[in-house]
Amino acid sequence: MIRVETLELGYGERLVLKDLNFQVKQGEFVGLLGPNGSGKSTLLHALSGLLAPRQGKIIIRDEHLGTLSSRLRAQMLAVVPQTSDVRFPFPCLEIVLMGRYPHRQRLGSLTDEDLLWALRSMRRTTTEHLQERPVTEVSGGERQRVVIARALAQDPQILLLDEATSSLDVRKKLEIFEILKFLNATQNLTVLCAMHDLNLAALYCGRLMFIRDGGIVRDGPTEEVFTPAILGQVYETPMEVIRHPGHQRPYAVMLPLSPGEMEEDAPEVARA
Amino acid sequence: MPNSSISAKAAAPLDLAVARDRRRTGVRRFIMALLALGLGLLVSVVLATGIGRMEVSWPTVFSVIFGKLGFTVAPVDRTTEVVVWGIRLSRVVLSGLVGAALATAGVVFQGLLLNPLADPFTLGVSTGAALGVALLVMLGVGGSFLGLSPLPLGALLGALGAMVVVLVLSRESGGRIRKESLILAGIVVSTFLSALISLIKSLDEESLSAIVFWIMGSFSGRGWIHVGFLLPYMVLGLVLSFWYHRELDIMALGEEQSHHLGVAVSKVRLNLLLGASLLTAGAVSVSGVIGFVGLVVPHLVRVLAGPSHGRLLVLSALTGALILIWADVAARVLLASGQELPVGVVTALLGGPFFFYLLKSRRTRGMW
Repeated sequence: MIRVETLELGYGERLVLKDLNFQVKQGEFVGLLGPNGSGKSTLLHALSGLLAPRQGKIIIRDEHLGTLSSRLRAQMLAVVPQTSDVRFPFPCLEIVLMGRYPHRQRLGSLTDEDLLWALRSMRRTTTEHLQERPVTEVSGGERQRVVIARALAQDPQILLLDEATSSLDVRKKLEIFEILKFLNATQNLTVLCAMHDLNLAALYCGRLMFIRDGGIVRDGPTEEVFTPAILGQVYETPMEVIRHPGHQRPYAVMLPLSPGEMEEDAPEVARA
Repeated sequence: MPNSSISAKAAAPLDLAVARDRRRTGVRRFIMALLALGLGLLVSVVLATGIGRMEVSWPTVFSVIFGKLGFTVAPVDRTTEVVVWGIRLSRVVLSGLVGAALATAGVVFQGLLLNPLADPFTLGVSTGAALGVALLVMLGVGGSFLGLSPLPLGALLGALGAMVVVLVLSRESGGRIRKESLILAGIVVSTFLSALISLIKSLDEESLSAIVFWIMGSFSGRGWIHVGFLLPYMVLGLVLSFWYHRELDIMALGEEQSHHLGVAVSKVRLNLLLGASLLTAGAVSVSGVIGFVGLVVPHLVRVLAGPSHGRLLVLSALTGALILIWADVAARVLLASGQELPVGVVTALLGGPFFFYLLKSRRTRGMW
């Protein structure tokens, strides 16, 4: 579904990621983890075609990302950003209908199918009741779910999420990941999400990719790579991993930093 | 579990019919507004043509118009015919077209730059166009060729030049355009260009009156030939703006998300800026710099018709035409001495306070 070969990414003079090689198969649920500034967003920008690679290639369903038209790209791949600030008071239904843009003809009017897709997507994200509400007047969590509905209305095979739930409360986070899990299981939707919440990642992602220092440090099934050693190395924080007695998924517990570990230039570790 | 509430609701059928009806109601309301404005515009054209120093009754106006269109009507004396057709109606039509052009350009600039204060005037685009015209006038380029005047072309180059400078000035290192710096840059560029126009004015005494005309904004002495100058620019500008109305809606989400939704952002932005510049340049080259129409009209229409750009563009164009027709009537008849006011003065006098009110009520509702 996604194939990345010898990819090198950067902004201007600054090199962010180099020599990336990986594949994501259809139906995988991948969590992209790493400390702040490690390049998670940069990688997602490249995968969504916003940032042109300096070197290497990104192949999406046998097509070079760079040669795809915007329209075809948006038919396969949808992106949910961290926050979205809409200036004009469009009703939420109209926002979701914008997700149909890559499927619509320029001169054609909106079809029942487009409308159905929008309604179905709103149903899935429990935003149906917001149809007529101006998007400028709904809460942050509601707006984020409307944006996810818009991404679903694109009818994509791949969904990229860039810290899409970071600003939401626990309940809203879980609701959104339940939706993603459902779509992943029933529609075979490929999900790739950059995230900060380790335990949320361990709970929902089947595969985790850790990036740090300009490259992929570890990439593998959650059960194998969600270990104290790898987490400690990636986040420079002492961690323990226990198994939750109920759902049996691994669960990371932060340990306090010892005084000697506090360096002047230590990266932001406590946030993880 | 959150899951249970999702699946429970999924049992109910989707309300396609309800959503469709709701959208249809919106379309119906838009058509009503369209008809009302269109009718108002037609009536306004006739009424405005009748008003002036020489009294002309409405039936006479009708007779002249229908006579010109080839219908058999009661004969009208030659002087009246010239006044009504050659002087007044052409001027009314021109002011309507310019109003529509400026309002449409305002909608495009505001939507594209996500800035409620953007319009041809505040962005310095109008002043750039005026400088382009002033330069040509100074160089003695004028007249017309196959019904096309070089002046709108000069205006277009000036408009594009000013816009590029403003965009470069307001662009931050990351490529984002800051809301405040955009308007600040617009004002700086506009002031600088105005000074250049004044300089040209003092260097070239002969073209003084002609140049003053472009700074102040007026329809005085304009006729059908100017309608002809404006039309190609206007048609092209309108087509470009309407062609991308759906993209304008999506661009309200910002460039990144527009990209994700499949909009070819750079191409669309370039074409829309070109469209808005064509409209501005055409308008400025025949009427000079007229402020506030492009700023106030889109706001007014957005409050009444919602943010969807397809409707916003159509209704703003009609409203802009309506407003500028009457502003020009006011400019013609307001002074008791019989002297004309520049129409730019009228729009600023009306538009300034109105915009102040909009800004105040907007802020209290927290929309911008």
